[in-house]
Amino acid sequence: MSRIIINRRRFLTVAGVAASTLPLAGCDALDGMLSSGATARDVMAKANGLTYRVQRFLIGADGLAKEFSESEIRQGQRPNGSTDPTDATYIALRVAGFAGYRLDVGGLVDRRLRLSLDELRNMPSRTHITRHDCVEGWSCIAKWTGVPLSAVLDEAGVKSEARYVLFRCFDTMNLGLSGEVAYYESIDMLDARHPQTILAYGLNGEPLPVANGAPLRLRVERQLGYKMAKYIRSIELVSDLAPYGQGKGGFWEDLGYDWYAGI
Amino acid sequence: MATAIEKHDIHSQRTTIRRHGIVTRVTHWTWAVALFFLLLSGLQIFNAHPSLYIGEQSGFAFDNSVLSIRAVRGADGNAEGLTTLFGRRIDTTGLLGVSGPEDSRVYEAFPGWLTVPSYHDLATGRVVHFFFAWLFAATFISWFAASLINGHLRRDILPSFSDIRGLPGSFLEHLRFRFHHCRSYTGLQKISYAIVLLVLFPLMILTGLTMSPGMNAAMPWLTEIFGGRQAARTIHFVVMLLLVGFFAIHIFMVFAAGPINEMRSMVTGRYRIDGEAAEGGSER
Repeated sequence: MSRIIINRRRFLTVAGVAASTLPLAGCDALDGMLSSGATARDVMAKANGLTYRVQRFLIGADGLAKEFSESEIRQGQRPNGSTDPTDATYIALRVAGFAGYRLDVGGLVDRRLRLSLDELRNMPSRTHITRHDCVEGWSCIAKWTGVPLSAVLDEAGVKSEARYVLFRCFDTMNLGLSGEVAYYESIDMLDARHPQTILAYGLNGEPLPVANGAPLRLRVERQLGYKMAKYIRSIELVSDLAPYGQGKGGFWEDLGYDWYAGI
Repeated sequence: MATAIEKHDIHSQRTTIRRHGIVTRVTHWTWAVALFFLLLSGLQIFNAHPSLYIGEQSGFAFDNSVLSIRAVRGADGNAEGLTTLFGRRIDTTGLLGVSGPEDSRVYEAFPGWLTVPSYHDLATGRVVHFFFAWLFAATFISWFAASLINGHLRRDILPSFSDIRGLPGSFLEHLRFRFHHCRSYTGLQKISYAIVLLVLFPLMILTGLTMSPGMNAAMPWLTEIFGGRQAARTIHFVVMLLLVGFFAIHIFMVFAAGPINEMRSMVTGRYRIDGEAAEGGSER
């Protein structure tokens, strides 16, 4: 009996010493398991699907993001990501004050639309003051004005097989060896139809500045900033995200960020 | 239950009991693993925007900063780590803001050996953090439900009036490194565990949820009780510091009180208590 106890003690001592060295060696050793495409990382990333389903259940379809009062706008909206696209088509549009801009709405729709900024401004509009939460961790409160995305979708008529709204943008991001990659994003139909989801053309009572995504940017108030595509070139209704970009549904998603950014 | 497997050793007046139930042991080690990864991935996430604020938003045009850890260019042209805490500027070169050897400096708030991955990768930090956050919260809910039902909470965790009355004495005994290996926790242990399990753990989960824009839509009262999303982020960070502090004392106490007996009790459940004669308070 005592022999067993001694063995167990010896085992525990060795195990304890071994365990105590883990934090020291752990961090670099874990890098391999966490690199892009590694099994451990893919398994852990599945938690985002759980977060998506649970949050959808808890929030409900029309649960609103908190809205603030004018007095809580204490600063300009901090620009992030692209702030001055270099695409030639975009520059030509910008120089002409976006007079020639046409939002292209296509894909799984009954009627393909090409909407000018004036046409968008003449559609129903919505203004709200919300908190923009960046994936980096900061927050900024601002007033956004735009046309509800649902109004544009109704105008085009969404086919029943459409599951996502895909946004293609004028801005590109430099990925080194991969060169310039066009920004794109996608949201599901539930967020697309949400009353606070707007295509914004106004910020804090002024026309949307170039640094914040002029002429048109997306606001999806129950998700993080990287979902809210700036410099929107076209909208496409799709049934599957796999054929676009690297297949993850967005520029940052292709680089490893979660598709659902309600967290 | 304890009496059924008691083993008396006549010669040394020692008794071995089954101290920790299976739920306590499994949740303890699940939390240990989860908190290890939550800490290191959390510091990775912090590095993406190494500033903390009070209120709803981050002040860029005004100052509501509580803490920031940055790399700045010093007077001599070299990069310096600058930590600003409540407006007080502290040079933390080498540890925070700027770290690593002179020829290969790393310009991150927390150095690579404190983050997963060790290099800057917010996306992966978030993947790791939210996976273990689910594991942590699920373990907490399981533990809480089981401890309510089996009486662990009432019997072993919630301090009684006599525990609170005996707290100064218990504290002094701990300071003198006089540890009594008894059947139940001392008053100081109960209060420490109650604070960690019933205050800090729920606070961590709730402030974490408060940072989620989705949960803000589901439960708008979350930002109200913590004074805003950025305030919740600050509280999340402070609770992290408190848990790290608890961990340090916890590990120290395990070694001071006899690491083999303590570790065994948390692995197999079996724990050697002082003989009945020694219960009175003499040293072991």
